[in-house]
Amino acid sequence: MAIHPEHELHTRRRGRNLGLGLVLGAFVALIFGLSVVKISHLREGKLPSAEAKQ
Amino acid sequence: MSDLSAIDHGREAGFGDYVQLLKPRVMSLVVFTAMVGLIVAPVPVHPFVAFTAILFIALGGGASGALNMWYDADIDRVMRRTASRPIPAGRVGAGEALALGLALSGISCAMLGLAANWFAGGFLAFTIFFYVVVYTIWLKRRTPQNIVIGGAAGAFPPMIGWAVATGGISVESILMFALIFMWTPPHFWALALFMKDDYSNAGVPMLTVTHGRRATRKHILSYTILLAPFAFALALSSVGGPVVLAAAVVLNALFILGAVRIARRDDAAAEADRYRAEKAFFRFSLAYLFLHFGALLVEHSLTTFGLGGW
Repeated sequence: MAIHPEHELHTRRRGRNLGLGLVLGAFVALIFGLSVVKISHLREGKLPSAEAKQ
Repeated sequence: MSDLSAIDHGREAGFGDYVQLLKPRVMSLVVFTAMVGLIVAPVPVHPFVAFTAILFIALGGGASGALNMWYDADIDRVMRRTASRPIPAGRVGAGEALALGLALSGISCAMLGLAANWFAGGFLAFTIFFYVVVYTIWLKRRTPQNIVIGGAAGAFPPMIGWAVATGGISVESILMFALIFMWTPPHFWALALFMKDDYSNAGVPMLTVTHGRRATRKHILSYTILLAPFAFALALSSVGGPVVLAAAVVLNALFILGAVRIARRDDAAAEADRYRAEKAFFRFSLAYLFLHFGALLVEHSLTTFGLGGW
């Protein structure tokens, strides 16, 4: 069996790392977007009813 | 050399294998019904919040899928339909699936609570608990009513969607639940009829195994008939309207017709045409649910133009 610097295993691992990286990136973007929406609603005084009661 | 070949057997999972653990096909139904529940609710939700909420409901559904695959790996190995799933195929370890399932359950419920409200987050947690503990661990291997009670887990998503918007439960959301709840048994029993040996090989007490195939055919018909009143009640509720009512009339008539066809024939007739009626009924059952919830969506968009609704 020839030894290749790039084993098939490495490609598979790279795919997994890349996938996880993208998922984490998307999660960060989601939290950021959610924060923007929630905070701008707070400023406009348009609170969801449950929070408005507090 | 031998060490190398040990890791060379394709044992290390790719990213796609972890996605497979989340049962993406089941997820599509969860996403669609939860989305309809959220949209038709009388309280408007910010589009981004709605998007986030649906995403985490889907993730919660995926998490319960992973937990189900962790617990059921032994029977999945025996059944033809499930033998190629990541755990029985040896691509993902059972412990990994358990860890992924638990982690995603926690993340999805907490995030839904933060994004929408804690009632919805708690409801999602309850749904995951119901599917994994009540259905998978407790009932699936014990009673032929497994499908009936387990169907409740699949029926909760529109109620969670509704809870995201309203923060609670109402008649309309319970009727959406009832529609999926009553639809699930005939849908799965039709599958069990033409996936003949799978469930008996695995020792899962499906109705076809415990009560025989004739009884299953009759059960399909009775559940299909019992389903219709719920469909009409939903059509007459505040989220319904002429479009939903028309859809309910057509879809239920066709569904009952298919069930009558199944009830009237026996296995000899089914073998002769390779379960054509059963397979057609199974395919139509998917369309039934998608079109029913699609009609609710159409009705809702019509009301925003001053049309539709009662």
